Amino acid sequence: MMRRRQFLNLSVSTVGGVLVYSVDRKGFGILAQDKTLRIPLRFFNENEAVIVAVAASRIFPSDESGPGAKEAGVVVYIDRQLAGPYGRDAHRYTEPPFEDGPVEFGYQGKASPSEIYRDGLKKLKGFEDLSAAEQDGALKQIETTHFFSLLRRHSIEGMFSDPVHGGNIDMVGWQMIGFPGPQMSYFDDVDKHFGEAFRPKPVTLQQITGTKVVPGEDGK
Amino acid sequence: MKTLPAVDVVIIGGGWTGLLMAKELGARTSLSVVVLERGGERNPSDYPADMDELDYAVHHHMMQDFSKEPFTIRHSTSDQAYPLRELGSFLPGTGVGGAGEHWSGLCKRFVPNCFEAYSKTIERYGAKKLPDDHSIQDWGLTYDNLEPYYAHAERLLGTSGQVGNLRGKKIEGGNIFEGPRSSDFPTPANKVPYFSSLFRDATKSLGYHPYPNPSATISQVYTNTDGVTRPACTYCGFCTAYGCMIGAKAQPTTILIPVIKKHSNVSIRTRASVRRILHDGPATNRRARGVTYIDESGKEVFQPAELVFLSSFILNNSRLLLLSGIGEPYNPATGKGNLGRNLTHQVIVPAAMLFFDKPLNRFMGTGSVGMSIDDFDADNFDHTDLSFLRGGILRALSDTGLPIRTFGIVPPSVKSKWGAEWKKAAAYHYDRTASINFIGEHMAYKGNYMDLDPVYKDHNGDPVIRMTIDWRDNERQMVEFMTRKAVEIGRAMGAKEITPYAGLGKYEGTRYQSTQIRGGTIMGTSPDVSVVNTSSQHWQVPNLFVLGGSTIPQGDSIGPTLTLMALTLHAADAVANRYLKSPGKLV
Repeated sequence: MMRRRQFLNLSVSTVGGVLVYSVDRKGFGILAQDKTLRIPLRFFNENEAVIVAVAASRIFPSDESGPGAKEAGVVVYIDRQLAGPYGRDAHRYTEPPFEDGPVEFGYQGKASPSEIYRDGLKKLKGFEDLSAAEQDGALKQIETTHFFSLLRRHSIEGMFSDPVHGGNIDMVGWQMIGFPGPQMSYFDDVDKHFGEAFRPKPVTLQQITGTKVVPGEDGK
Repeated sequence: MKTLPAVDVVIIGGGWTGLLMAKELGARTSLSVVVLERGGERNPSDYPADMDELDYAVHHHMMQDFSKEPFTIRHSTSDQAYPLRELGSFLPGTGVGGAGEHWSGLCKRFVPNCFEAYSKTIERYGAKKLPDDHSIQDWGLTYDNLEPYYAHAERLLGTSGQVGNLRGKKIEGGNIFEGPRSSDFPTPANKVPYFSSLFRDATKSLGYHPYPNPSATISQVYTNTDGVTRPACTYCGFCTAYGCMIGAKAQPTTILIPVIKKHSNVSIRTRASVRRILHDGPATNRRARGVTYIDESGKEVFQPAELVFLSSFILNNSRLLLLSGIGEPYNPATGKGNLGRNLTHQVIVPAAMLFFDKPLNRFMGTGSVGMSIDDFDADNFDHTDLSFLRGGILRALSDTGLPIRTFGIVPPSVKSKWGAEWKKAAAYHYDRTASINFIGEHMAYKGNYMDLDPVYKDHNGDPVIRMTIDWRDNERQMVEFMTRKAVEIGRAMGAKEITPYAGLGKYEGTRYQSTQIRGGTIMGTSPDVSVVNTSSQHWQVPNLFVLGGSTIPQGDSIGPTLTLMALTLHAADAVANRYLKSPGKLV
């Protein structure tokens, strides 16, 4: 089924050579002053993307403790995952019967991650227009749902996965926590720096291997 | 169904044990050998591009595809079983090398006591000390029988470590509880990262006996007995769930495939998914005729063979025998039959989560490097006044630095799970947090077993394996005891806050513990109590050998990879030196 092409409109400003992406909860048309980056959405429609971006920013707010979901582009990451094999449950066993089981055996439902989001987001209509406190209250209401547990998990993934997946833009997540990304060798350092922070300059997988890496969501 | 030209030997599954057997038969015989591997080719030169936590550790790109081949699980025979719809508590590999490509490299020998856990327990404590529903039994094979094969396997892998018992002489600094070794480790112990060094110093000060983990991620350049040279480990941290980008970790594609390729009598067919072992003859002395498999074009074919080795993933070994009608399925109600019984796993928990006020730089390390103590393993300590038997290892690994799976752990003083307070605490503690792990022995019980699921099918329409598995009080009380020890060690390490493990509830199919499930086709000294003899030969089908973790009756606490390689080398000797000279039952 064809759908109208949807874009996530991001304002772009360059700070010291580092791209900063921001998603404003007020919507896009009025946001763009200088340049607007139109990121084609693969799964969400515009409104869904805004809700996810805003909700992820409540899980990972941008504040004095470091950048959040907004700077990392978590919504871009989630959009790509849901459009890919993960979102349509390509690797989960999806044969019936589907019956609720004990928690120790995991999610037994029929709905795929993309279906769970589509359904969960319907219940967050107008979320982007609430105040921050109201938004936190709304998320508290759904804290125990499978949808929220996915949203939280995917926010972590979008903060800290390799930038090739669309999140962790400019490795902002890794820089915040001191993770240097994939490195070839710590042979000379692994038994040194005891009790002190050792923070090599982070690198992405494509930078370290010098090759184009095809991420799983693009069908590896 | 098309019948292919007959071969001498078919090996089902191209993981550690199947490929090791292929290498041995290739070198020692002129038999035509075909390895059938359900997954695809793997090339270690592709591994640098795999250093991606999301695709490999979270989305399991190297593992069995559960969308096609799941397992089902229940806690007891009176419960309903549910599919494990996603990979969870264990991660079977697929593709050439199997799980041997993505293993952590922890490479320890089993403790001598575990081969005779049943008789040693009775000898020391009396039969009453054993729980009523246990089903532990001696292997019929001892540590001493296996020692030369352990040494051989270590020379193949180049295992790094520090000797603790050289021909009976105890050596401080190594693991003084290990069985006597005929030779030292091929390479010295790995470097010790910060967190593990804190554990070493603390346990030593408490009077315990820390030792560096024996590891297949080797400490220095090493050339093995087959002439394969590997570089030293660089401690990049991408081991468990990944192929090693430089081959410092021993993996089948690095140490076995290059040797196998030199032998023109051995070939490997990938995308070959075996469905049945065909057999004929009388019930007590049947003959495997070969196997049927679905080839890469999707057609089912028959491959005749004189000798069959079953070396697929542990659970799949039982499954293929059940589907093929080989051996009597175990019935937990009557105790009759042996196929599928003594299903065990390992009890692995973060016994104490430690929060420090200093950075640990824990992105540097490997899946196996670290320090452990065996003071509470097996029967190394007196259980007379304790409410459990057996034990396990407390250890401080240094492989926990990848952020997706470990970000978000906060000390008990932080209550929120998302939002500003949580994010700030989680970001601060990300590199100041690590756990003392407990890795314990799971006793075998009458009620823990596997059979064919009556409801759920795989993508070929064949029933999947149903696991019936749960912990008992023995494991729960063991974990409680070890948690107290871990907290004591954590305090001595200088942790500012500690989260003790909350306690073992029911078996969780979702929480990754290890891929080291055991049992189902266990070995023993008689067909009354086992599926294969101590040479891994099937009791009723003498030209069928079963290799891998499925042959382990129960225990030890640690991962069995090295033991499985030793058992495979032991079986290869039995085949090459005895069976081929006079095909038939080996006794």
